[in-house]
Amino acid sequence: MSAKEHSSHYFIPDPSPWPVIGMISLLSTLFGAALAMNGVSLGKFIVIAGLLLFAYLLFGWFRDVIAENLSDRYNKQVDRSFRMGMMWFIASEVFFFGAFFGSLYYIRNIALPWLGGEGYLGVTQEILYSQFQMAWPSAGPGELGGAFTPMGPWGIPALNTFLLLSSGATITWAHWGLKAENNQQLVRGLIATIALGLLFVVMQAYEYGHAYSELNLTLGSGVYGSTFYMLTGFHGFHVTMGAIMLIAILGRSMKKHFTAHNHFAFEAVAWYWHFVDVVWLGLFIFVYWL
Amino acid sequence: MTTTTMSHDEAHHHGAPTGWRRWLYSTNHKDIGTLYLLFALTMLFLGGASAMLIRAELFQPGIQLIDPDLYNNLVTNHALLMIFGAVMPAAAGLANWMIPLMIGAPDMALPRMNNLSFWILPAAATMLILSFVVPFFPGGGTQINTGWTIYPPLSVQVGMSMDFLIFAIHLLGISSILASINIIVTLLNMRAPGMTLMKMPMFCWTWLVTAFLLILVVPVLAGGVTMLLFDRHFGTSFFDAAGGGDPVLFQHLFWFFGHPEVYILLLPSIGVLSHVIPTFARKPLFGYRSMVGAMLAVATIGMVVWAHHQYTIGMSLGAVTYFMVGTILISIPVGLMVFNFIATMWRGAMTFETPMLFAIGIILMFTFGGLSGVMLAVVPADMQYHDSMFVVAHFHYVLMPGAVFGLFAGVFYWLPKWTGNMYNERLGKIFFWINVIGFNITFFPQHFLGLAGMPRRIIDYNVMFTEFNVMSSIGAMIFGLSHLLFLYIVIQTIRGGRSLKKSENKSWEGAKGLEWEVGSPPAFHTWETAPQIK
Repeated sequence: MSAKEHSSHYFIPDPSPWPVIGMISLLSTLFGAALAMNGVSLGKFIVIAGLLLFAYLLFGWFRDVIAENLSDRYNKQVDRSFRMGMMWFIASEVFFFGAFFGSLYYIRNIALPWLGGEGYLGVTQEILYSQFQMAWPSAGPGELGGAFTPMGPWGIPALNTFLLLSSGATITWAHWGLKAENNQQLVRGLIATIALGLLFVVMQAYEYGHAYSELNLTLGSGVYGSTFYMLTGFHGFHVTMGAIMLIAILGRSMKKHFTAHNHFAFEAVAWYWHFVDVVWLGLFIFVYWL
Repeated sequence: MTTTTMSHDEAHHHGAPTGWRRWLYSTNHKDIGTLYLLFALTMLFLGGASAMLIRAELFQPGIQLIDPDLYNNLVTNHALLMIFGAVMPAAAGLANWMIPLMIGAPDMALPRMNNLSFWILPAAATMLILSFVVPFFPGGGTQINTGWTIYPPLSVQVGMSMDFLIFAIHLLGISSILASINIIVTLLNMRAPGMTLMKMPMFCWTWLVTAFLLILVVPVLAGGVTMLLFDRHFGTSFFDAAGGGDPVLFQHLFWFFGHPEVYILLLPSIGVLSHVIPTFARKPLFGYRSMVGAMLAVATIGMVVWAHHQYTIGMSLGAVTYFMVGTILISIPVGLMVFNFIATMWRGAMTFETPMLFAIGIILMFTFGGLSGVMLAVVPADMQYHDSMFVVAHFHYVLMPGAVFGLFAGVFYWLPKWTGNMYNERLGKIFFWINVIGFNITFFPQHFLGLAGMPRRIIDYNVMFTEFNVMSSIGAMIFGLSHLLFLYIVIQTIRGGRSLKKSENKSWEGAKGLEWEVGSPPAFHTWETAPQIK
């Protein structure tokens, strides 16, 4: 098929090995993880093999997509499909985080008061944990993990908020550069965004180290530790992914892949980055502050 | 709906690739749809076999054939195989096959991702089967005795097989999210020019809503089982009261997914009905707009009533009342759909081919299951029915007709389109009757068992429940084995049957829609030039 035919026709890719490779990589990663978690030493090698294959898959699949885009086989309608696909992917991510925020709400407003003897079923508290007073932060009536100091908002978290909000501004500045065909502004904006994002990750890692060594705040610190690390950990993971995506976009920008009218990949990553930003604001308010 | 341009079937493609690459590397919605359907059929037989073992064990009181732990594991696997392995992939297979044909699109919007969402399923099935197999090996730990709801604290105590199950759920989640994204994008972006949303065939509408629900609720289940995984291995206490967590939290997360899941299973079949009934009543669907509205209402209310699965956990009275009222409200839009179907048949020139028989079966039996659902929704009554065989009877009356019969109807309705051959109508009707009679003998007595107090998910029972259990088990054998006839009919049709004439694009006299304007079987690529819809 020549490229010409595709300007009016919707692009249907030729048969591709990547989906099956994706299946094998996911299967071996999770199979290995299930073994590793249960002390089978072979497990972690299977995980590593799976992750390497997954990296190869991402590299190969996106190489194909980029080549197709550069050879001008995508028309406006294909572009719209990609855009909508990314939006709905982010929607599903919103609900993934929603599960954790919802859990935090439930624990603080329903489960802990209940354990503290509130409501008509609160009598069970006298039998189980008669000494327990509802409080937040809490490691529960068993005080699992021992006494700890909770993480305050003003300090590293506030600084991190500033970092991420600035990175949202720099990526928008980069986007303006792209739309004005100013490649230098685009590249500089992206570098600034990546630097701010990576600095955020480093600060977050430092904060974790501080929490573990000095505050005795660990993953095992009852439900406070659980929700704290789960929410911030998954967010940090998403920031790391976002930063890797931004680095890929930076490479493509330096190769001048994008034009003012054809830069879906840039926008997709930018949306993702803003999404990660908004999640952080939720974290700052509900996990650190309130 | 009329079209001014015919499809350019043989325009510039060379037809299907050959060999194993055709299936493994596919980017073709028809091939991927076929893969989905074959996968679902395989899982249907695995899930059915576990159900028949369960019923064989319950044939008599006492413990005859299998260990209690194995029994519990079979109960777990039956549910997971049927819901995630059979019904959802079968519905996705119909969507893959029919949506591009129905809306005049050349393929799904994101064909490679489409293949990924299918191929994750065999991986998930592997993990699921491993979770069943692992305990038989030394050091494999205990069997999964929690049921498909995997409630903690029991699920925290199960051995490594639970980790396989958790990861299987993750994989299934990834698969259905990718498939849903693809379906939504296809429906919003790939419709032929002139086909507005309100001209879209009903099956497409039902899948649009289903996909939307999936994207919203599956990530929540993924989050819930992730927390479970962390509670099991990394010392968190989300579901541990000693650490300030709450096992009930998992139930909320699970049913926030689990209740909309019921509509995810049901809606595609409602979509099939909306095509089958007008075709065989030879009348357009009554109340298209109200159907769309009712479906949106069902989906919206269905998102916020999940805790009616947990009335007995000790929620506040206000919460319980809210969930009861919300649940009962759902019966209004669902009732509207049922009345729309009846009104479609009213004074129609009806004939009763196999798809139509299934459709009428659905309307009767699904309504029955819906009514026992209203009984269960009432809190004081549910305190009695909770976790009894009545619940089992209720949800099988909802899901077998509501979901599975709808899929059977769809398969019989579109099989001539897919294969170019007509199935054996006489055998189809025989299958319908054996299937429906077997189904009712199996599940109707379970209402009485439940009302008399027989708990569900228990391997043994009081001798006073024997008669109805014997009846139910005999029914289950008839019901289960009848599916071999289904398999036979499908294979017979694929391999031959009565061939349709080349010109015979329409398999059914009253059928309407774009999918009947392409060949039977359709060319490898269809609608490469979109039709114009007036």
